Amino acid sequence: MRVAVCDYGAGNVRSVLAALARLGADARSTRDPDDVIAADLVVLPGVGSAASAMSGLRECGLDAALRSRVGAGGLTLGICLGLQLALEESEEDGGTPALGLLPGRAKRLRKGRVPRIGWARVEPGGESFYFAHSYTAETPTASARSEGIVAAAQAGSFLGVQFHPEKSGAAGARFLARCLSRA
Amino acid sequence: MPLPRLIPCLDVASGRVVKGVRFQGLRDAGDPVELGAAYSDAGADELVFLDVTATVEERTLLPELVSRVADELAVPFTVGGGVRSAADGEALLRAGADRVAVNSAALERPGLIGELAALLGSQAVVVAIDASASEVYARAGTVPTGRDALTWAAEAEARGAGEILLTSIDADGTRAGYDLGLTRAVADAVSIPVIASGGAGEARHVAEALEVAQAALLASILHESPARLGALRDELRGLGVPLRDAA
Repeated sequence: MRVAVCDYGAGNVRSVLAALARLGADARSTRDPDDVIAADLVVLPGVGSAASAMSGLRECGLDAALRSRVGAGGLTLGICLGLQLALEESEEDGGTPALGLLPGRAKRLRKGRVPRIGWARVEPGGESFYFAHSYTAETPTASARSEGIVAAAQAGSFLGVQFHPEKSGAAGARFLARCLSRA
Repeated sequence: MPLPRLIPCLDVASGRVVKGVRFQGLRDAGDPVELGAAYSDAGADELVFLDVTATVEERTLLPELVSRVADELAVPFTVGGGVRSAADGEALLRAGADRVAVNSAALERPGLIGELAALLGSQAVVVAIDASASEVYARAGTVPTGRDALTWAAEAEARGAGEILLTSIDADGTRAGYDLGLTRAVADAVSIPVIASGGAGEARHVAEALEVAQAALLASILHESPARLGALRDELRGLGVPLRDAA
């Protein structure tokens, strides 16, 4: 099974690759749209700002590749900013059009200390995962929440998580293993 | 709010973990990758690696060491020491670090904070503040700056910092407890998370710090012993601190 991790200049690609390698997956970083179409599982990581990440995706042609992959039912996992980029739009950077793989938009967190950094429980399941974010997804496709915030959202073959499974210790490894077993 | 975090801090010099107060009397305490992984296994919520000689030697922690750490650790880690430009920070994140910490370089050139935040996102930018009686000190706590810690913390936040790592020079090494007054004042002055640092001698001190800050940095209290971290977590749970279940 081949796992492609999108490397478009806005993600902690190395940590994602390491976490997948620890699970025995054949994971490689790529910015080639053909790899994104052909892989068994694609991971879209992301940190930083929505606007610069979207322009990074467009420069490599990965925006179109991701839309066509998800449209064809190819399993795709978005992590952190990778979830927010999958929405229709982010209010970050004065409003940034995003990939539109999921309905909804990313909004600035307004409660508590921001950035929201640390481990928090995710329901259903009750396990704790590591979060580090200033924006949050608002979407009718939410499938898990953490302190009321969208922790996961899914539509069709796209699953996005706000937390960092690659940084979430044993719980994160179990989550990634489930993703691999679905692919 | 997310759960309170315990963050072991590893001082690194020439690629090895060292112990010693600041620059004084450094002794070898092991391999950063091995010790970091052992802390991760023992339930560390995060780690901080501070290269204590990087600023003097005008370089950052070696990216290849950062990459070895990233390959082994399944928890987040911050790297500090010698970050002087947004490009330095980007290289460390690219190597696998989750966040970078800046201290002296940001005091000399506060615009660095905004440059790092623009390139890496605020969540990746930690501003470390060393303070004595609420005055900020540069160069590992040796050079007074005349800046007030509360004012500097608020300015750092306004410039894009995502977190403050606050070390009390007065409490550091005393083992008599964190400087709760200073920590509370800084936490009240900003709306970003604050990591308390300096002075922990026993579990009760850590529990007190976690009442006013979002995380506690752990250094000499651990004696470079991951087993000690496990015991400390148990003690803190006994004191009612809601730590994550790391299993």
